Amino acid sequence: MTDTISPFVGGIVGTPRLRKEDPALLTGESRFIDDLHIPGALWIALVRSPYAHARIGAIDASAALATDGVVAVYTGADLEGDWAGPLPCAWPVTDDMKNPPHLPLAVGKANFAGDAVAVVVATSRYAAADGVEGVVVDYEPLEAVVDVRDAASDRLVIHEDCGTNIAYDWELTPDPDGVAAAFENAVHHVIETYVHQRLIPAPMETRGVAVVPAPHNGDMTLYSSTQIPHVLKVMAALTLGVPEQKLRVVAPSVGGGFGCKLNVYAEELVCMTLANRHGVPVRWTETRTEAATATIQGRAQRQTIELAADADGKLTGVRATLLADMGAYLQLVGPGVPLLGAFLYHGLYDVPVYSFTCRSVFTNLTPTDAYRGAGRPEATYAIERAMDALAVAVGVGQDEIRSRNFIPTEKFPYDSPAGLIFDSGNYQPTLDRAKELMDWDGRRAEQAERRAAGSTMHLGLGISSYVEMCGLAPSRTLAALNYGAGGWESATVRILPTCKVQVVTGATPHGQGHETSWSMIVADQLGVDPDDVEVLHSDTAISPLGMDTYGSRSLSVGGTALWMATEKVIHKARAIAAHMLEANADDLDFAGGTFTVKGSPDKEVPLAAVAFGAFTAHDLPDGMEPNLEAQVTWDPGNFVFPFGTHIAVVEVDEETGAVELIDYAAVDDCGNQINPMIVEGQLHGGIVQGVAQALWEEAIYDADGQLRSANLADYLVPSAAECIDMKLDHTVTPSPTNPMGVKGVGEAGTIASTPAVMNAVVDALRPMGITDVRMPASPMTVRRAIEAAGGSS
Amino acid sequence: MEVSVTVNGTRRSADVEPRTLLVHYLRDDLGLTGTNIGCDTSSCGACTVLVDGRSAKSCTLLAAQVDGAEVTTIEGLATADGLHPMQQAFHECHALQCGYCTPGMVIAAVSLVDEYDDLDAAGVRVGLEGNLCRCTGYQNIVRAVLAASE
Repeated sequence: MTDTISPFVGGIVGTPRLRKEDPALLTGESRFIDDLHIPGALWIALVRSPYAHARIGAIDASAALATDGVVAVYTGADLEGDWAGPLPCAWPVTDDMKNPPHLPLAVGKANFAGDAVAVVVATSRYAAADGVEGVVVDYEPLEAVVDVRDAASDRLVIHEDCGTNIAYDWELTPDPDGVAAAFENAVHHVIETYVHQRLIPAPMETRGVAVVPAPHNGDMTLYSSTQIPHVLKVMAALTLGVPEQKLRVVAPSVGGGFGCKLNVYAEELVCMTLANRHGVPVRWTETRTEAATATIQGRAQRQTIELAADADGKLTGVRATLLADMGAYLQLVGPGVPLLGAFLYHGLYDVPVYSFTCRSVFTNLTPTDAYRGAGRPEATYAIERAMDALAVAVGVGQDEIRSRNFIPTEKFPYDSPAGLIFDSGNYQPTLDRAKELMDWDGRRAEQAERRAAGSTMHLGLGISSYVEMCGLAPSRTLAALNYGAGGWESATVRILPTCKVQVVTGATPHGQGHETSWSMIVADQLGVDPDDVEVLHSDTAISPLGMDTYGSRSLSVGGTALWMATEKVIHKARAIAAHMLEANADDLDFAGGTFTVKGSPDKEVPLAAVAFGAFTAHDLPDGMEPNLEAQVTWDPGNFVFPFGTHIAVVEVDEETGAVELIDYAAVDDCGNQINPMIVEGQLHGGIVQGVAQALWEEAIYDADGQLRSANLADYLVPSAAECIDMKLDHTVTPSPTNPMGVKGVGEAGTIASTPAVMNAVVDALRPMGITDVRMPASPMTVRRAIEAAGGSS
Repeated sequence: MEVSVTVNGTRRSADVEPRTLLVHYLRDDLGLTGTNIGCDTSSCGACTVLVDGRSAKSCTLLAAQVDGAEVTTIEGLATADGLHPMQQAFHECHALQCGYCTPGMVIAAVSLVDEYDDLDAAGVRVGLEGNLCRCTGYQNIVRAVLAASE
């Protein structure tokens, strides 16, 4: 199903192509952070508070210092003077947002279990771990605040200087009177409350840091398993007061991020300051158990969503209210995560009026921040679950309620009631095709048969239609949202004398396959072999300009910069070719890597000759600089809005409460595709990550703020055994906001799949009177829901 | 203590603390960093290697326990002629993204295919239950292992 309007004619873009990243990763040649061989490096290990909330008393490091291999121990107080500022929060969403100081090592009070209070420096990782055992901290445990509603009550204030646990209140209600009228006049008024449990991002590679100083000339190289070397460089310079021009940040091979490596972490700054103090390299590799508490977590929201609709189920208003858990401190973009969903609680439905309010609070739990989808999975979950509730209220099918409310195709570009402009969309075909892939009517018939036969193995069907905003982001829009940086991206294209090509990108891939996709784009434009295009990234000494990779931005923002830089190089090459052919530049065609004079196909010059001519510079047009190189920084004019429909089928065992995902279909539209193989891969992984929220994963805390699922034995990252083959298809609705007509796809699967699965679970149980099941829908949770509804026990 | 192991066909030895895990011995003492570490609980399988031909999580073994054994790591699969068929299948099926779980996943798959003659998709899924991947959703991994098993 394609309706492609694409600027690409080279035959490379749009076809599956195997990844050039693979050979190194498949053979162990790749170098992840812990693989780096750094002679003379000292290792650190952090002493972390075992309490969620405790005053830090005396710290006795004498036993640690007597341990073999331990070089030094520093407390938070010892290093307090090393910081030019606290760990950064770049998104003060309101002018009066409360932002308590977040030091790399806590001083005075630990505010979550895992908050670092001291650091051991040793000659090996084993010795550093031994040293931690020898640091005795005199804690005075305090009562912990673990529930968001309890936090919001200010019964117990965590950060005394803030005077409240409420970090901020934020509201978006463009037409308050209209919203009030919509609900006053509503025939159907749906009110639903949902809970998004805390999730642990859990990339397979934990974080790690290595800092190599050059004490005599002041240079410092920070290696970090990060998604954001460019952002990190600026933030580390500000936080430590080191001169930015002396700082180089390198992200080596990065083993997944999913948002949790989009941050500035204590360990990066601690390693930097200790490398300064000791004058030798200092490094750290996170353990998995540390990663559960010391790396950010995701989601953690309570939502109330209200729908107003007329008698036919046509939406007349949407109102959403959030209570979001920031955890103990505000991380880099944590406060902004609810805002990334704030505009999308009406989903892809045509609604005249809209209201969103969010209250974000501190708790004594691990800080939260962006996790795959960041705000948009939460928004999509709320509207898609509520649409099913509306379908029941109106008495129509889940498919029909959506069709009645989809934004009509002729309304694009669509002025949303939240103030966005949706770039392009054509929603109904994704629902139609997903139903076809799933054999919707057949599955419904099977469900009815089972019900009629009194089966205790209930079938449930769940639809999730979604739109998301990605391609972060227009810098002016970010300014309006109080974000502390821009949303542009940079690319450089350099044609070498031998007509091989170097591409420098400010995007920072960590599994997305940019080297392959970027080389395809450039090769298609230039008419060269993709294998002749090398993509350089993730090192600020090589790629000095960049805003990195998150928010499904790399292709629509960074790829656009790349496309434009290539066009710029072609423009220059055309002028040189015209000079060589003694023709007018406007009279040249460029295709397949050759410039040809229009109407005189025998008069031609290959790009290779132009590249070499640009290098020798023996005979260039007057005033033209030698070499073929162009750099472009692109600041997008709008977000892009991918969309689609997913359908899940689950089987729920009434007797055990076990939920099994038995079928899954997804029809997505991310505009023009560069490499369909990579698009499918992103969807596969994204879908499973969202299914995992619905069925398996939860950071479970007890009343004292202790994490009970702190490792991969207890935190249920799915294995192949729980997962199934998914049926994928796509439609193509190019975005008019960028020249390639592309949209993002990195988060779409995760955004769509959680509500599809939960709608299916609830659909299975609805005959028992069940209208909601808390996530994850574990056997215990499902059984409790059945028992509460008076079902079999 | 001195630990000697034949790794990827070459006899190697190093003097290590008795508590040294096999994975740290391979990575830190022998410099074979292709074998990754993903957890503390033997849950993820990133560190899977072949010990005397069978897959084993090298974080669950002490180096001392494999003294005298034959170990194959990811570095030992490809030859001068190219990738091992399992590596090639992973490449062709797009069965890796960030690649961190990949060495362990490939080794576990090699062992699985070696052990069972008539693998189907369900068998691959259950057989690889001890190896976690966060990127791919496993669909292409299952496809790759089935392709390589033929």
